[in-house]
Amino acid sequence: MKSLRYFKRRTINNTIFFLSYASAVIGVAILLLILLYTVIKGASAINLDFFIKLPRPTGVPGGGIANALVGTFMVVGIASAIAIPVGVMAGIYLSEFGNNKFAPFIRYLADVLNSIPSIVTGVVAYVFVVLPMHRFSALAGGVALSIMMIPIITRTSEELIRMVPDTIREAALALGTPQWKVIIFIVLRTAAAGIATGVMLAVARVGGETAPLLFTAFNNSFMSVRPDQPISTMTVLIYNYASSPYADWNAMAWGAAFVLIVIVLIANIVSKIFTKTKYAL
Amino acid sequence: MKRRISDRLLKLISISFASIILILIIGIVYELIDGSMLSINRFGWRFLVTSTWDPVKNVFGAMPFIFGTMVSSIIALIIALPISMGIAIFLSELAPQKIRPSVSLMIEMLAAIPSIIYGLWGLFVMAPFLQIHVEPLLGKYLWFLPLFKGAPLGIGMLAGGLILSIMIIPTIASITRDILNTVPTLYKEAGLALGMTRWEVMSKIVFPHARSGVIGAIILGFGRALGETMAITMVIGNAPMISASLFSPSYTLASVIANEFSEAVSQLYISSLIELALLLFIISMIFNALARLLVRREKVLQ
Amino acid sequence: MTKKLIIEHLNAWFGSVQALKDINLNIEENSVTAVIGPSGCGKTTFVRCLNRIHEVVDNARISGKVLLDGEDIYASTSDPVLVRRRIGMVFQKPNPFPTMSIFDNVAAGIRLNGIKKKNEIADAVERSIKMAALWDEVKDKLYKSATALSGGQQQRLCIARTIAVEPEVILMDEPASALDPISTAHIEELMQQIKDKYTIVIVTHNMQQAARVSDYTGFFLLGELIEFSKTPDMFTNPGDKRTEDYITGRFG
Repeated sequence: MKSLRYFKRRTINNTIFFLSYASAVIGVAILLLILLYTVIKGASAINLDFFIKLPRPTGVPGGGIANALVGTFMVVGIASAIAIPVGVMAGIYLSEFGNNKFAPFIRYLADVLNSIPSIVTGVVAYVFVVLPMHRFSALAGGVALSIMMIPIITRTSEELIRMVPDTIREAALALGTPQWKVIIFIVLRTAAAGIATGVMLAVARVGGETAPLLFTAFNNSFMSVRPDQPISTMTVLIYNYASSPYADWNAMAWGAAFVLIVIVLIANIVSKIFTKTKYAL
Repeated sequence: MKRRISDRLLKLISISFASIILILIIGIVYELIDGSMLSINRFGWRFLVTSTWDPVKNVFGAMPFIFGTMVSSIIALIIALPISMGIAIFLSELAPQKIRPSVSLMIEMLAAIPSIIYGLWGLFVMAPFLQIHVEPLLGKYLWFLPLFKGAPLGIGMLAGGLILSIMIIPTIASITRDILNTVPTLYKEAGLALGMTRWEVMSKIVFPHARSGVIGAIILGFGRALGETMAITMVIGNAPMISASLFSPSYTLASVIANEFSEAVSQLYISSLIELALLLFIISMIFNALARLLVRREKVLQ
Repeated sequence: MTKKLIIEHLNAWFGSVQALKDINLNIEENSVTAVIGPSGCGKTTFVRCLNRIHEVVDNARISGKVLLDGEDIYASTSDPVLVRRRIGMVFQKPNPFPTMSIFDNVAAGIRLNGIKKKNEIADAVERSIKMAALWDEVKDKLYKSATALSGGQQQRLCIARTIAVEPEVILMDEPASALDPISTAHIEELMQQIKDKYTIVIVTHNMQQAARVSDYTGFFLLGELIEFSKTPDMFTNPGDKRTEDYITGRFG
């Protein structure tokens, strides 16, 4: 009866592996389905006006999302302006001066910060910025997104700075260079391409966030570049238009989603290519 | 060791920036608790078990949202778990070397798609599909289960759980793949040499070896589902009710904050919403801490 | 002859492990001093103590004195950065700065030391690369990445980088151990050409190399300096049984 038992074992093996293949097919199929729908439904909404015109009321043909494009750019720009210096400097601290008890604690807190649900980040930025200013603003949206970016950039910077070999540090020290110059001009420079990739990924990630912006950046039907005023963003615009009962607004939502997904995917793929080549130190 | 002033200055600057993270956490915890005080003082522990959410009468309870959050995430996990494990096994063991990187990349891309796009797709593509093709079938053949009672609306608990499952599959699958990859080939070959089938090697050697990490990955995925906002807000129906049926609309902690925060007028209303945020914060912290502990033991990922 | 470096009662530790025990020796100006010994004998630690690079490793410490032109580089008033400007170092593995061009690598030290004039930098770079016998090979690709060079070229680039900041002493930690014979010959030749300007201390595990290039040789074993003498004397008439065993290949 040995062969029967073996048959059974073989069958279990093959069944499980078939299911494993099937899972991979499901995973890939879902990605393709989402991309396909976004491209098909989105591409038809896109033309030049879409990028340079302001939104029109429903029923009025034409119009675009120029204000939301500019707004997303503004909010993400504000977030980057806050998060990049904080994240990179904190990364330098953790990797270059982190030989103490305080550093692991900061590292842990960065992980905590990273795991806060994005909607909670929105609530926090509301309390931090919107309440004192008594109005929704691009600044509040930027602060919300920066809270999400800081831990990502901190940990990426730390990892990449740590990957710079000690021989490079020693080579610079042996030239009679003070430590701070070694860190800034040699170590940071060596890790710069990697950090830039990490920053790009962080930007792509927060640029696609909606929840933290709902009651911080809020919304604006007009073009605004003022940091102290409510501002329209691509993601909030998609949400508002998708939730509306009007077909033409729904179409605009797909168009914006298409633009968003293209940006996010390009950023991710470029960074993947970068990460493959950059560690040839 | 003597240090130059400029070296100390860089250390000082970098430590100050690093401290911003500490200050931020303290600020967040303080503001969430402070903002919730009004609601905590008014409702106390009853807030957690009250199922009324009535802004007009100023009576607030978190029960329906806790229910909706937990149940939708559990559904997501039930669906995502086998598929993620299948993908992880595929990527670490079965996939031919040629297609492995591209399939890996595609699964990771799934994690990069913004939540709002999942929501859009869920609302306009998945929900109607459920309404027309899936839910009537479930209602027809599994009518005796309370899970599948009621009118097929498309949007509701089932759609919510499903969209969440899609969103956590890449998380669980990629981390599990990385953990499976850390199991030394030596052990696998030892198993094969004993005449085990490849599945027996997986189930008896590889998975036990990677157990805590895989559990960590699953918890991490669950934690992500709990805090997810936009996608589920767009498909779960947003009605604060507790129903056994997967067809009925529901509401999560994150969704109610997203929908009502900017419209809340009374102080107590805002305070109750902030308390929901505090709850979500605490729940996420617990699950993430647990997951990190387990995953880090495998030394794969922070 | 003057004594460029005087080492007195030098001890070095990594944590609780003592790597060097009471080293005393003098290094003559404009000479090549070789440091030989089996792996783990402390020869690398020894040269790393001479320009205070040892102390950048966690838990590493030293005691004793190293006098450079009569002044202790470990005195509390001494600045390690200034010490390292006077005592340069070439490492075991070539370590050019990976994100910089050939030119920028050699210019790095000059620029980091605050010199900004473009023609001054360009002159120093050309002079240093020429001195490192690399000019003909790289003059047409000065702005290409340094990592594109071969291992031997990279190591000569690192020597050029070291020379460019005009140190007085150059420490070389097995500079040819990762290189092929031709590159090794290049570097040995180079040392002969530049030793009238610099004081060179070279660590090597290759006794033929020590015999070829050096004027003085020190033999280290288990963190102790067993013997130090003129190179021809050391190899023809070693004073210690252990030295004799080592150079005749009976161990290590």
